Amino acid sequence: MTPEPKGPGAAWTGSFPPGPPQARRRSDEGRRRLKGPRRREESRVPDAEFTSYYGRPVIKEPAWGVPDVPGYLFLGGLAGASSVLAAGAEVSGYGELARVAKVGALGAISLSAVALVHDLGRPERFVNMLRVFKPSSPMSVGSWLLSAYGPAAGAAAVSDLTGILPAAGKTATVGAALLGPAIATYTAALICDTAVPGWHEGHREMPYLFASSASCAAAGLGLLTLPPAAARPARTLATLGAPAELVARRLLLRRLGDIAEPYETGRPGLLLRAAEALTVGGLAGAVLGRRNRAVSALAGASLLAASALTRFGVFEAGMATTRDPKYTIIPQRRRRDRLGIN
Amino acid sequence: MSADPAGRAGYLDHPPRMGFFTDTSICIGCKACEVACKEWNAVPEDGLSLSGMSYDNTVGLGASTWRHVAFIEQPVTAVADAAEGVRWLMSSDVCKHCTESACLDVCPTGALFRTEFGTVVVQDDVCNGCGYCVGACPFGVIARREEDGQAHKCTLCYDRLGAGMEPACAKACPTESIQFGPLDELRERAALRVADLRAAGQDQAQLYLNDPGDGIGGAGAFFLLLDEPEVYGLPPDPVVTTRDLPSIWKHVGLAAAGLAATGVALALGRRPR
Repeated sequence: MTPEPKGPGAAWTGSFPPGPPQARRRSDEGRRRLKGPRRREESRVPDAEFTSYYGRPVIKEPAWGVPDVPGYLFLGGLAGASSVLAAGAEVSGYGELARVAKVGALGAISLSAVALVHDLGRPERFVNMLRVFKPSSPMSVGSWLLSAYGPAAGAAAVSDLTGILPAAGKTATVGAALLGPAIATYTAALICDTAVPGWHEGHREMPYLFASSASCAAAGLGLLTLPPAAARPARTLATLGAPAELVARRLLLRRLGDIAEPYETGRPGLLLRAAEALTVGGLAGAVLGRRNRAVSALAGASLLAASALTRFGVFEAGMATTRDPKYTIIPQRRRRDRLGIN
Repeated sequence: MSADPAGRAGYLDHPPRMGFFTDTSICIGCKACEVACKEWNAVPEDGLSLSGMSYDNTVGLGASTWRHVAFIEQPVTAVADAAEGVRWLMSSDVCKHCTESACLDVCPTGALFRTEFGTVVVQDDVCNGCGYCVGACPFGVIARREEDGQAHKCTLCYDRLGAGMEPACAKACPTESIQFGPLDELRERAALRVADLRAAGQDQAQLYLNDPGDGIGGAGAFFLLLDEPEVYGLPPDPVVTTRDLPSIWKHVGLAAAGLAATGVALALGRRPR
């Protein structure tokens, strides 16, 4: 992962030796390039010269692995939104959909817990997560949320499948539905509360992207597994979630500006473009396939896949912004120059 | 708020805040600090290779590198005073022991804690290797060690401080480039030093992370640099990520409320008979 040494104090586009300090501060140029056409493969901010230490990253890449952590982002969203869908479906008389959503939530949250523990450097110490409660740590908040949500989602699913303790099952269904939105969205806080520019700078939009992506996943599971007539609430959820997801995605990229580059290029760019296409296709299929089982199921599969690809794309794009010092240095240099420090 | 992190952490009666002032203008690049740190703290070997980065084969701070000397060879165009047209910058980097520490804020287990000296230390027997601190640090200081899966970084020699000794790196520094002491005294000394250097014509001499009004509330380990921070691999204007946490939680709350409202809307429907 060690980048090619670019020479001491080497400018990003310039070569060793760097120019005098004044010449290095042409940071306005990158701003202008922001308006350039999107999805170009070449760099969008090459004009803003900057200095770095041999091209080395300033911050460390988070010690989080693929597929564990992006998989967790996806599965947590699927579980949380499925619990919401389950309660909505149960109340409105769609018992089969409620059952599918409850079982889906239990399966997803179980798998995600495995992924989380697997990603720890010391998995046998996972219970240390519940040693303290720290609102300043989204991971601490999430651990406590999970420890309340997991049993609720489990009880809801088991009661529905077996028919035992129906009253407790109802309570658990409501409890899981109340905690579900938090489970689906806190993961945005988890990744945005870091020094990773590609996540942190998007913290105002990421929760909405995650909530809507989670809705797509839960709706997708319902559409994939049930005939259209039995999955109507899932279709409704898809028609609400998918457009919101497409809008949130645009707003996120607009907010990130120059830092959005890895979201639009390379592997994460590919993942996110595929996700966008699948979301559009899934939305269309969900609407048009209201009487066609095959079209409806295909739409469901598309939405599920789109949600997974979105999480992997966001994860990998953020990681990419840690590997190149330009994403850390240029925005900070602009801020520093603007504030007139030194 | 920023003056007394130990008091803020709950210590009622505690020693003054201790820290480092690293005056890079007198660093000679001997790496005695790196060696002393490794020796005292029994930090394992973590790579013996040539980097091609001047005399810097340590490359950067990490789980098993708690002091790192940077070497920058700058060609000088106006060769009035510089020998052979090269200015050679050296700087010993270390954990900043921020007043507002992102690593400590995000640690879910409480493994990272604030000491009575105002420094930030990892408890080896608590850390479960979640890695959150690694991505939260705005300086890329803390990292997870492959061998034990846990996060490690400079402790500012917490054990030595407890025994009334100075940290190993400061003790070993032959030029007093690394100065250890009460932070208030160090800040006064640094202000005088940078004024002297500027008066002597070192226009780019600047203090880095000494200001309690900066994005991390000032550091426990601050620096006198002879060029911009990024030249040394340091972020020019770091801001602790948790300053935005209220905004982050607000948007998470709104997004969650939106999802819950969608659930209510679904519940209001009725299945046609």
